[in-house]
Amino acid sequence: MKILTCPLNGPRNMSEFTYGGEYHPTPDHADASAREWAEHVFFHHNTAGVVTEWWCHNASSYWFLAERNTLTDEVLRTFDCDQVYNQRIDFPAVTTPEARK
Amino acid sequence: MPFGLLKYGLSSEYPAQQHFSPPGDLKKHYDVVIIGAGGHGTGIAYHLAKYHGITNVAILEKSYLGGGNTARNTAVIRSNYLTEEGVRFYRESVKLWQNLSNEFDYNVMLENRGQLTLAHSDAAVRSFRWRAEVNKHMGVRSELVDRQQIAELVPNLRMAEDARFPIMAGLWHADGATARHDAVVWGYARGACQRGVELHQLTEVQDVEITAGRVSAVRTNRGRVGCGAVVQAVAGASSVVANMAGIKLPIHSYPLQAMVTQPYKPLLTPHVSSPHVHVYVHQTSRGEFVIGGGSDPSPLYNTRATLEQRESLSAAALELFPFLAQARLLRQWAGTTDMTPDYSPIMGLSPVENYYLDAGWGTWGFKATPICGVSMAELVATQKVPDIIAPFALERFYRFEQINEAGATAASH
Repeated sequence: MKILTCPLNGPRNMSEFTYGGEYHPTPDHADASAREWAEHVFFHHNTAGVVTEWWCHNASSYWFLAERNTLTDEVLRTFDCDQVYNQRIDFPAVTTPEARK
Repeated sequence: MPFGLLKYGLSSEYPAQQHFSPPGDLKKHYDVVIIGAGGHGTGIAYHLAKYHGITNVAILEKSYLGGGNTARNTAVIRSNYLTEEGVRFYRESVKLWQNLSNEFDYNVMLENRGQLTLAHSDAAVRSFRWRAEVNKHMGVRSELVDRQQIAELVPNLRMAEDARFPIMAGLWHADGATARHDAVVWGYARGACQRGVELHQLTEVQDVEITAGRVSAVRTNRGRVGCGAVVQAVAGASSVVANMAGIKLPIHSYPLQAMVTQPYKPLLTPHVSSPHVHVYVHQTSRGEFVIGGGSDPSPLYNTRATLEQRESLSAAALELFPFLAQARLLRQWAGTTDMTPDYSPIMGLSPVENYYLDAGWGTWGFKATPICGVSMAELVATQKVPDIIAPFALERFYRFEQINEAGATAASH
């Protein structure tokens, strides 16, 4: 059984984790177009090589990031997502139809 | 011809039939370059040459003919999908399969065995009824069958009511079939080569040159080749090749593993699949049981076989066919499946004007081989998107018009 090191729970069996997709920087919520959102949600680099991706430790529902080589399946490192999301994002209420577009 | 055979047998030479063009130098320019010599690539070349008179065509293959996912899939042919667009597309493909051996005078060993999908929950029964109604409306033979009918169709299936996941009902698809995968690609490639298409194996496309929004050439390990148009037909490497042309695709590439047992006498006629226990089983004409299932849990560009998948596939197969507990496994292998968010392919135009996509073939590529040959060749020749593939355009993801076939997979990936 492969072992993955969870930043919160330490080394655990691979079967305790769920893959959560490629990490993409979130588009600017204030002015991203529908096309940019579509790209963010559906499209992937799908790189053959080292990628950054989301993983979840099922038992603790803890989401974190991992760098993994998609040619060899080697995990280079795992880290807490506060290394990427280190600024507070405030979502102002959208009021007008124009602002929703 | 007994005398011909006798003469051949007594001859000191055994002239082998020359199927494909002998490997020669690459030309400086081709009207159409097809990347990938699998069933799709050779099928497109065959139709371009035979029906559209476009013969200045090269098929560039980094490895050998039909050695990618054409060789790695489990050769299931069916059209019992869920959406109107999907059913129409695969229905036409199943029709073309019926006449494929005659089409290129090469026996693809088509066997119309039917396919049975099993429901182990009320939700699955409801979705099967939905699929059966859509299928019947579209002229595809699908019907809901009860436990007694299932027992008659597959007498050695475990029907125990105290099973971990008791079988509640099934979706019987009489149009289900299988064929010899090598013969498909050889038949297409031979027919294409006879009409002037060049097949270049061990020729890897390493970069795509784009000038003013158009492909002008591809760079290979054997030099630069100018081209009027490019079709990429590289299941398992769609994102990597498209990236050379600067195109990003909605694909994650996962390995999908399968395995076969030692041969047995004929015991099982239809394909049997269970999305609930993640397995499908059928017996080949050679007698081997083919066991396939869900994808690996995370993306990977690697075709290694794992003990975890062997264990889970075996456990699932034994749920349905306990007699396989005695079977020895001969082989286990993997193919790389380019999974799209809606489990439908990406076909047609791309953001680059003369660069055509035949991508995102996940776990549904083999059955679509003949219709891809027809429709992609028509697209390249006429530069108009045929109606039957229009819904599968890359643009659908920007319009939020996905064609969701996730509920119609054989083994729930």
